[in-house]
Amino acid sequence: MTEAMLDIRGLRKSFGGVIATDGVTLGVDAGELHAIIGPNGAGKTTLIAQLSGDLTPDAGHVVFDGKDITTLPPHRRSHFGMARSFQITSVFMGLSVIDNVALAVQAHDGHSFRFWKPATTEVQLRKPALEVLEKVGLASRAGSIASALSHGERRQLEIAMALATNPRFLLLDEPMAGMGVEESAAMVDILRSLKGEKTILLVEHDMDAVFALADRISVLVYGRVIATGKPDAIRGNADVRSAYLGET
Amino acid sequence: MTDTTSAQLTDHLQGPQFFGSASGRIITIVFMAVLLLVPVAAHFLGVRLQLVSLDFITRILCLAIAAVSLNLILGFGGMISFGHAAFIGIGAYSVGISAYHGYGSAWLHFPLAIFASAVFALITGAISLRTKGVYFIMITMAFAQMAYYFFLSLEEYGGDDGLTIYSRSVFDIFDIENKLVLFLLTYACLVGSIYTVYRIVNSRFGMVVRGCHSNETRMKALGYNTYVYKLTAYVIAGGMCGLAGALLGNFTTFISPDMMNWSRSGELMFMVILGGAGSLFGPVFGAVTFVFIEELLSSFTTYWALPFGVLLVLSVLFIKGGLNGLIQRGWKHD
Repeated sequence: MTEAMLDIRGLRKSFGGVIATDGVTLGVDAGELHAIIGPNGAGKTTLIAQLSGDLTPDAGHVVFDGKDITTLPPHRRSHFGMARSFQITSVFMGLSVIDNVALAVQAHDGHSFRFWKPATTEVQLRKPALEVLEKVGLASRAGSIASALSHGERRQLEIAMALATNPRFLLLDEPMAGMGVEESAAMVDILRSLKGEKTILLVEHDMDAVFALADRISVLVYGRVIATGKPDAIRGNADVRSAYLGET
Repeated sequence: MTDTTSAQLTDHLQGPQFFGSASGRIITIVFMAVLLLVPVAAHFLGVRLQLVSLDFITRILCLAIAAVSLNLILGFGGMISFGHAAFIGIGAYSVGISAYHGYGSAWLHFPLAIFASAVFALITGAISLRTKGVYFIMITMAFAQMAYYFFLSLEEYGGDDGLTIYSRSVFDIFDIENKLVLFLLTYACLVGSIYTVYRIVNSRFGMVVRGCHSNETRMKALGYNTYVYKLTAYVIAGGMCGLAGALLGNFTTFISPDMMNWSRSGELMFMVILGGAGSLFGPVFGAVTFVFIEELLSSFTTYWALPFGVLLVLSVLFIKGGLNGLIQRGWKHD
């Protein structure tokens, strides 16, 4: 077995009597785009929270790049090269678009105990921020306040902020959530441009996007991974079909 | 591609503006000039009106410094501290207790006031910042009340009778027994405080603090240890408010635990919100307006607190962004 970049081993989490994550074991190889799909209530959000550090699992381990990060708080994980986007858009609404991204750049440019020099004039922060915005196609809106962006643009900003921390691994929580057809297509293009460059774990409802992008897909049902494989194999898998048909 | 980037880059390298937007700039500058020149002129012309006297304005300036410091954590950092008056009290008692024991030097008093307040902020902040929302409000208030009862129980320093400061802090280069000098010193400290907050909130550190206010979960995901940054901001605000306390103690020459009662903390919060939380000069507008209205109403009726309360509630409900919001919009509705 090759060493996976993200190695999830026997992860278990329950809330009261509800078992949300039931022994999930999953490996994400370096350079691949691995998608997780599953019907509503399958435990995708709980799984993501354990990978990002917002929840501590009851049992099992999360190993990233050979290091056990199971109990590491979210801000420490970021410094191992892990970045995430949020299902519900989570940007700094009162700040301009470029300020949002510059703040992400700053997080990985040494400590921030610098009290006197204006941050908005620092080329060291603004230049990488603008480059990331160009990459996601948002450079023209750099000066706008984040709250003035459309939903689709905010989702792009969400990705830009994750990218600006210069991660090796991206944890994307439903990046297409609430998007129209055109916006989704633009997002698929952005993600496609990241393929190979970053290792990506994509949790997504949009099946067209998942099958267009993923190298491998894992199917989560009732907190368990019932199948992992290439898109074609998943499409033909009888268990997956019944899980989805049974739910919807 | 590179050319467009560098051309665009220069568009996005604008520094911050000390006096705010173009429409608000003139009013802000005029306001600050009036605050300096009117009491000085009244002093030399012998005007006896209380509202423009050096004494009255000096007291406002002390409270304004406290409000400016509270604004750093409340307005910019989103930390709703309900115990800020404790730092005023600790600053004032640093002066009072030193003077009581015969140490009169300002070079002791002021650093001690700032240091003691900052240490109190560090200890209480380290605990308080583990909580959020209403719990944070309540725990900061509880710590301030602990400080209040601590000084109340200090019989040696007057207990609830308070402590008289028989001589003000001794600067070797000027004499603040002269009330004009004390006024000018306080004014300089206010401008210094505003400028310090201005530099801080626009620095890397300040961007982090503002980010924590806007979306702390995202800050953590980006890799920031938000707790440490918020605590640092809390300590800076505490120290700055200690300075306000030292000045206020010198001004009143009488200090009592009443200075740090929870109602005082509430007044400071009101000044910040009335003036415009998260704006540079807002707390000054708020402090001046607050004390003026209080003074005017109390000269008409002993029940001044009732209409005062109604006015405050209305202003918070209907003036978006506080007084500073009005000024920056140029009195227009948006």
